[in-house]
Amino acid sequence: MSLCVRSREELTRLIPCVLLLNGAAVKTRKFKMPEYVGDPINIVKIFSDKCADELIVLDIGATVAAADPNYSLLEALCSQASMPMCYGGGIRSLKQAERLHQLGFERISVSAYALERPEFVKEYARCFGSQSIVITLDIEWSTLLRKYIITSHNRKRKWDLSICDALQRFQDLGAGELVISNTALDGTEAGYDQKLIQMCSNNSLLPIVPLGGASSVKDMQNAIQVSGASGAAAGSIFIYRKPHRAVLPNYPTHEFE
Amino acid sequence: MIAIVNYGLSNVASVENMLKRITRELIVTTNDPDQIGMADKLILPGVGSFDRGIANLHDLGLSDAITYAVKVKGTPILGICLGMQILSLSSEEGRLPGLGLIDARFSRFTDSKIFKIPRMGWGWVSFKTTSALTKYGNGMSRFYFVHSYFCAECDPLQVAATCSYGMEYVCAFQRGNIYGVQFHPEKSHRYGQALLKGFIDL
Repeated sequence: MSLCVRSREELTRLIPCVLLLNGAAVKTRKFKMPEYVGDPINIVKIFSDKCADELIVLDIGATVAAADPNYSLLEALCSQASMPMCYGGGIRSLKQAERLHQLGFERISVSAYALERPEFVKEYARCFGSQSIVITLDIEWSTLLRKYIITSHNRKRKWDLSICDALQRFQDLGAGELVISNTALDGTEAGYDQKLIQMCSNNSLLPIVPLGGASSVKDMQNAIQVSGASGAAAGSIFIYRKPHRAVLPNYPTHEFE
Repeated sequence: MIAIVNYGLSNVASVENMLKRITRELIVTTNDPDQIGMADKLILPGVGSFDRGIANLHDLGLSDAITYAVKVKGTPILGICLGMQILSLSSEEGRLPGLGLIDARFSRFTDSKIFKIPRMGWGWVSFKTTSALTKYGNGMSRFYFVHSYFCAECDPLQVAATCSYGMEYVCAFQRGNIYGVQFHPEKSHRYGQALLKGFIDL
């Protein structure tokens, strides 16, 4: 498979990921120790002003709490965004999805519920179109089982489903994109697991977006240009500024701007 | 008064939010045929499936209201994404006919490992003519695309812009006061703002 036929601008999808917990923006490390990083409305505004390609908002408390999305906060976030927005966290019904679309989210991410009730993906695609449903898979390498495993509910539940089977299943059900969220690399800035990205993009026709572990913009570009990802998402490198890990939302300027 | 048509499938909030940043004109989101009749400009956004969109417009009595406003009154209309499809003759995505306001037809992208479907991402757009859409543009323009169906046939005189995704295709059309864009100006930062500003200025 050759990527060189695609023009350079098609490869640009660098996606900040903002985590929400109880209405605040937080950052985690390996899905633990959430640290407050600011007012999410302000953070979204900053990324919008800096012309971020897209933004993912994930409410990391919603699924476990079995709570509805925080619609009023999300409405405020959308009012600040002039780029495509994706929301994930606790989505379990078409009604919730519809409300989120009405608020201004282009796409919805479903994680735990897609594993619990895969038919939801089909129902959703039929109603709103494939392009607006993203499946986020929390994945980690199990040294015990010597393979990648899928988890949910902040790593508390483990699923007996291989990555390749999951990719095929969600592709068949009509998902529009797959976010491969590497839980062990979350917050580490240690570099993406490029092998995992390659494995996923080689085994699926769906666009793959890695999340977790991005060490730099170059690392993100490698994920796209070398490993076959369609875009790349990151939290830490867009929220923190080295060397002291100060909270400073930032985003690279495109060469052509 | 700018009326954003709300037919139950559209992400009206995004369009509304961007319009509020670029104009002080009254912006109304509506599914009332009378308000559509009174509007100075119409915007037909859309996210979702073709048949459902057309059916909703018919059920709400909006397809007649839109057609009348556009063809008889000459109200400028901008269809966005699904909205653009709906302005056309037909789409492979559905069985129902479109509003037929533009001589164009939509087909599905061919499955490809390199150019994945749906197309999701930013892309350069090449405008073929000078129009309201290009009034505030600054040379090359980039917009955000999310779609699986594209304009496969279009009257050459109605082609406003093309783009490329595996092949070149029409991503904007125009016929007098009727405009359609495949991409999402409301999600395209300053490029989208420039395009919408040009349309508002009509």
